[in-house]
Amino acid sequence: MSDTAVAEDHHYTATGLPTWKVGFWTFLGSECLFFASLISTYMVYKGASTTGPFPADVLNIPLTSVSTFVLLMSSLAMVLALDGVRRGDKRLASFWLAMVIVLGGTFLGFQVYEFTHFVHEGLTISGNVFGSSFFVLTGFHGAHVTVGVIWMTVLFIMSLRGKLTPAEALKVEIAGLYWHFVDIVWIVIFTLIYLLQ
Amino acid sequence: MSAHNNGIWSWITTVDHKRIGVMYFVTALVFFVIAGVEALVIRIQLWRPENDFISAETYSQMFTMHGTTMIFLVAMPMAVAFFNFIVPLQIGARDVAFPRLNALSYWTFLFGGIFLNSSFLFGAAPNTSWVAYANLTSSQFSPGHNVDFWLLGLSILGISSIMGGVNFITTIINLRAPGMKLMRMPLFTWMTLVTSFILVTALPVLAVALILLAFDRFFGANFYQPMAGGDPILWQHLFWIFGHPEVYILILPSFGVISDVIPTFSRKPLFGYPIVVYAGIMIGFLGWGVWSHHMFTTGLGPIADAFFVASTMIIAIPTGVKICNWIATMWGGQIRFTTAMLYCIGLLAIFTLGGLSGIMHASAPIDLQQHDTHFVVAHFHYVVAGGVMMGLFAGLYYWFPKVTGRFMDERLGKINFWTYFVGFNLTFFPMHISGIYGMPRRTWTYAAELNIALPNMLSTIGAFIFALSALILVYTIIKSAISGEPAGPNPWNAATLEWSIPSPPPHYNFAEIPTVRSREPLWREEERREIEAVTLKVPDVEPVMPNSSYMPILLAFGVALTWGLVMTGKWWAPVIGLSYVGVCILMWAFEDPFARKGA
Repeated sequence: MSDTAVAEDHHYTATGLPTWKVGFWTFLGSECLFFASLISTYMVYKGASTTGPFPADVLNIPLTSVSTFVLLMSSLAMVLALDGVRRGDKRLASFWLAMVIVLGGTFLGFQVYEFTHFVHEGLTISGNVFGSSFFVLTGFHGAHVTVGVIWMTVLFIMSLRGKLTPAEALKVEIAGLYWHFVDIVWIVIFTLIYLLQ
Repeated sequence: MSAHNNGIWSWITTVDHKRIGVMYFVTALVFFVIAGVEALVIRIQLWRPENDFISAETYSQMFTMHGTTMIFLVAMPMAVAFFNFIVPLQIGARDVAFPRLNALSYWTFLFGGIFLNSSFLFGAAPNTSWVAYANLTSSQFSPGHNVDFWLLGLSILGISSIMGGVNFITTIINLRAPGMKLMRMPLFTWMTLVTSFILVTALPVLAVALILLAFDRFFGANFYQPMAGGDPILWQHLFWIFGHPEVYILILPSFGVISDVIPTFSRKPLFGYPIVVYAGIMIGFLGWGVWSHHMFTTGLGPIADAFFVASTMIIAIPTGVKICNWIATMWGGQIRFTTAMLYCIGLLAIFTLGGLSGIMHASAPIDLQQHDTHFVVAHFHYVVAGGVMMGLFAGLYYWFPKVTGRFMDERLGKINFWTYFVGFNLTFFPMHISGIYGMPRRTWTYAAELNIALPNMLSTIGAFIFALSALILVYTIIKSAISGEPAGPNPWNAATLEWSIPSPPPHYNFAEIPTVRSREPLWREEERREIEAVTLKVPDVEPVMPNSSYMPILLAFGVALTWGLVMTGKWWAPVIGLSYVGVCILMWAFEDPFARKGA
């Protein structure tokens, strides 16, 4: 990576790290606090709802386990896509980027299904405080996944056009950092909301 | 800058950190005047008991906008103005890490500020104070758009701050010149780094607090609604988890400024450099563990209270250490009493007083008496209007020659300082007394029986002297920028790297990047000659700098537009704004900042 980083960034840097990477890690640090605040809000309000539906009435662990598995697999596809870009293998890179998009899209599909299903069950953002905190937390996570899917789509098109040479690997690596981060946040959310009811 | 384009469009599209710094400063100065006028209206209303100069509603809008503006549109951006102009010069960089992002931060800040203040045009200025406690802010108790303007405006400003924080952390970590080790960085750069870390970690918490409030108001969520199981105290926790680190976001830049100015005008290196650095970092960390001292009256229970009493008292220690270090730096030095130095000494005196009253209400039982009285107003004006602003003005008088190539007028400067010092103390010292007598904050008038007419009259007289000082300052800036005495590259004979290049700096800053060998490179004769040999020469080929760009202002407009559309209450309206933002981001991503024109 260090060679491509130097090729990407001709400027001397004090740490030897590409400037984009340092900046993006800093941004992810900021995102950690963002999700930490949302998750804390959910935890503080656990069991505070005065009216139903309550978590046990609506949350479907087997179903969400499947969508969680799909999202985790998309991280694997992301790693393989980056590997493809670094090797200069356009077909491999494009295929795995497409897989990231498909798996990420599938996860979003599950979320859309889950949200509509919950609304039918009577759980809404204004109904009780469980609904408020659940929809806002998972909704912001879903928005992050959506941004990621759009980002991956742009990279996929670039890859098809042969614009993602090994010298451009940093672009894919940073998109990967974002994708993995959003994944890890989901692991925390899944554990705290679904598994530890 | 001479060979550079100077038209209005060149400023709108600029990505030059120095121009962005100047724009930040000028904008903050305009908001300073606006918020100052709001303060004068407050003081006129409080001139005598049961005055009826303005209504209770107008009074609420005045103190809310005064506080919000002074913090988010004056103190923070004025510090960021110095981050922008000075930090790259101090570490030997040609620009910040992400120049376009930097311009985006500025425009987002400007639009956020305009958004917030446009509420006046709709007769719906925010009126729930700068802390906007739930559930006064709920749709039930604040049905108008006042709170909407506040929460949306603030979240726009928060985005600007997070982007700025990311940019400056990256700049300072990655763009230091060879030999500029962390422990050789000037203190101002150090404090910028610590402040930036607080910015990127504290602002997201505010963002969440505001998002929850927005969902309550626009989509009927129940985060702060006790009827549905929500808890208004959650707002206070989230707000102060942001709000107390925010206090250090305000003061640490000023600490950084005076840590550079005092050594220069004492002709001595900073006493105990590493200790001052570590104390700054420690303040940054401890600042996260004291938030509930704003909430003693909410009944957190004795254990939580005891913890926050202790942590609040502990955080006074690194601050005290710094004050001792500054005094020790002056001790035995050859002090030159320039205006910049006077502001530093003023900060030392006034901030220490503000710190002492802070220690008083760190104690929970005492705080229960002082909470929401003018005593607290006196305290935080001593640390912010006295501490923060004096530090920033010290920086203004100190770096003005670098920015413009001209000195600030020292005679007017001294008048400015002394009117500031007298006006400030006359305004805020009597508030300690009226507060102890029980005068409540955020109340539009007071009864004659309270016996606080005299301190209030003194405060009002002081406020007008204070305002006069601000006018003198604005006049001095304009006059000096036009016809000030010309200044050379290093007019104060200072030690740090920004003084090794011409004043004003060329747009590429450093003809060649110098190598640094010590903490005070320009005070060591051999090193100074070595550095100036590369920094003062005119390069044969000008270094390549990034092109100017329209994208920052277009994208910042999109952010403000999206937030404005949220106010319609229709879920699809902000999606229009978001689509525009998305298109801008794509265009941004595919714009090559180094593309040569015509190529």
